[in-house]
Amino acid sequence: MTELNALTIAAARDLLRAGDLTSTALTQACLTAIEGAGRLNAFVHKTPDLAMARAEAADAWLKAGDAPALCGIPIGIKDLFCTEGVPSQAASRILEGFCPEYESTVSAQLRDAGAVMLGKLNMDEFAMGSSNESSVYGNAINPWRADGQDLTPGGSSGGSAAAVAADLCLGATGTDTGGSIRQPAAFTGTVGIKPTYGRCSRWGIVAFASSLDQAGPMTRTVRDAAIMLEAMCGHDPKDSTSADLAVPDFEAMLTGDIRGQKIGIPREYRMDGMPAEIEALWSGGSAMLRDAGAEIVDISLPHTKYALPAYYVIAPAEASSNLARYDGVRYGHRAKLGPGDGITQMYEKTRAEGFGPEVQRRVMIGTYVLSAGFYDAYYNRARKVRTLIKQDFDRAFAQGIDAILTPATPSAAFQLGAMDDADPVQMYLNDVFTVPVNLAGLPGIALPAGLDAHGLPLGLQLIGRPWDEAALLNTAEVLERAAGFVSKPEKWW
Amino acid sequence: MSEIDLETARKVAHLARIAVPEDHLPALATELSQILTFMEQLGEVDIAGVEPMTSVTPMRLKRRPDGVSDGNMQARILSNAPDAREGFFAVPKVVE
Repeated sequence: MTELNALTIAAARDLLRAGDLTSTALTQACLTAIEGAGRLNAFVHKTPDLAMARAEAADAWLKAGDAPALCGIPIGIKDLFCTEGVPSQAASRILEGFCPEYESTVSAQLRDAGAVMLGKLNMDEFAMGSSNESSVYGNAINPWRADGQDLTPGGSSGGSAAAVAADLCLGATGTDTGGSIRQPAAFTGTVGIKPTYGRCSRWGIVAFASSLDQAGPMTRTVRDAAIMLEAMCGHDPKDSTSADLAVPDFEAMLTGDIRGQKIGIPREYRMDGMPAEIEALWSGGSAMLRDAGAEIVDISLPHTKYALPAYYVIAPAEASSNLARYDGVRYGHRAKLGPGDGITQMYEKTRAEGFGPEVQRRVMIGTYVLSAGFYDAYYNRARKVRTLIKQDFDRAFAQGIDAILTPATPSAAFQLGAMDDADPVQMYLNDVFTVPVNLAGLPGIALPAGLDAHGLPLGLQLIGRPWDEAALLNTAEVLERAAGFVSKPEKWW
Repeated sequence: MSEIDLETARKVAHLARIAVPEDHLPALATELSQILTFMEQLGEVDIAGVEPMTSVTPMRLKRRPDGVSDGNMQARILSNAPDAREGFFAVPKVVE
């Protein structure tokens, strides 16, 4: 029989409801797995006592009946989410010791649905990175290996992806500003969905770029993503950009029928120098959807090339504003001051000590593009290009396209340290297929679809119409079944 | 290629309120220049008559009643402060 911690959310839910499994036993199995996986450095703040207390409460609820789907399911929470009484520091030194007095809306909804939090998960500092190498906790490690080398689990939700892939938890929360759910999902053979901007409340999630950030689930199957996403979504008066729309029963809408759906293949995503394996994966995916009765249509998204540069203006600009709050006054780290140091020295020393190199770089780029004389040339121009990128998608959907199929990443997981000597832009290229989706505010899902020559997972991305996560998940599930990805990393940790 | 000189790098670091030692400024200037060069591509796009995106989804932000909804938690608000005294956040002297 499958080890308990390796169950899917759907299977565990059915066993829990039938009384054939207790949340206490399931939670214990996960805690044991976490204890044995220190080498992966996925869980960075563990909350075993809290987890066992919640598991016992979940068991009582399950016994009483009428428990929600997630009742008793052990999950991990990305360190970006504020969790009451549990350290939450966005993997940054500047939030060392910060213990929130409140709970983020998304993690509160999960808690109130009976989910059991096992602890906080590693990530890139302030979610800025694509390899989990900018974390104050050190690198998270991918459970998948090639030639005995440590690989990145991707980023920024690297700890979430590693934990789900290594069966340390049944699901995890992630956040996605430019691909931070979908790229790590692709690197670890897991499923990750970024919903439409406004689906999940951003309240209580440490802000990176407010017009791009969205939370979403990371799971082992599309069905699990549907179950977990439903619990995370919903209107929240505390986030003015949260959408006041009904949340569908995503799982019930997994019909397995995509006949007549029009799937767009954007020609601009066929990049120069794209590895043959990625090409083959992509055309294989479109053949599977065609075989399932979908119509494959070539489409054009002409401004794709400009998505990355626009993103790397807009995201740092918003970050430089959002991160202004870390000044050593209200929470977190404050530098030791020298004699005669005033408040400006306090700010400057605190932020120099508290922010790592990538965060400093982005805050400064953001400051530059917003500064007098450059605002129009960079920031306003980027926002106009963003309009054009969104219009590209609008036009495709107006033509009747239901979903768009692309690769999730330009490569499989790379070695930790491989980018150390590259200029920062090389790392940014990881997000080439995912960034346009954030700029347009659309839902996007990454799912595993094959292995490369080294036996590492490769992912495909499906992009959906705004607010139509239900259809997107349905198409993804059909693709998941056709691809039949069942590989798991061999346990070495 | 966009050139960020040392003076500009120093100014940006100060505007961002991040102390950058003098000997790190050349490397910082190079990195910022590389990133800005990458962004120069945006100059190729015809943006005549295009409105900048201000809202991801076309919706009117919700209004809420202008009233007190919360409060009376001074101790909890100060609980994470590096230096809190007598119910206030404490900082170095600001006014001479």
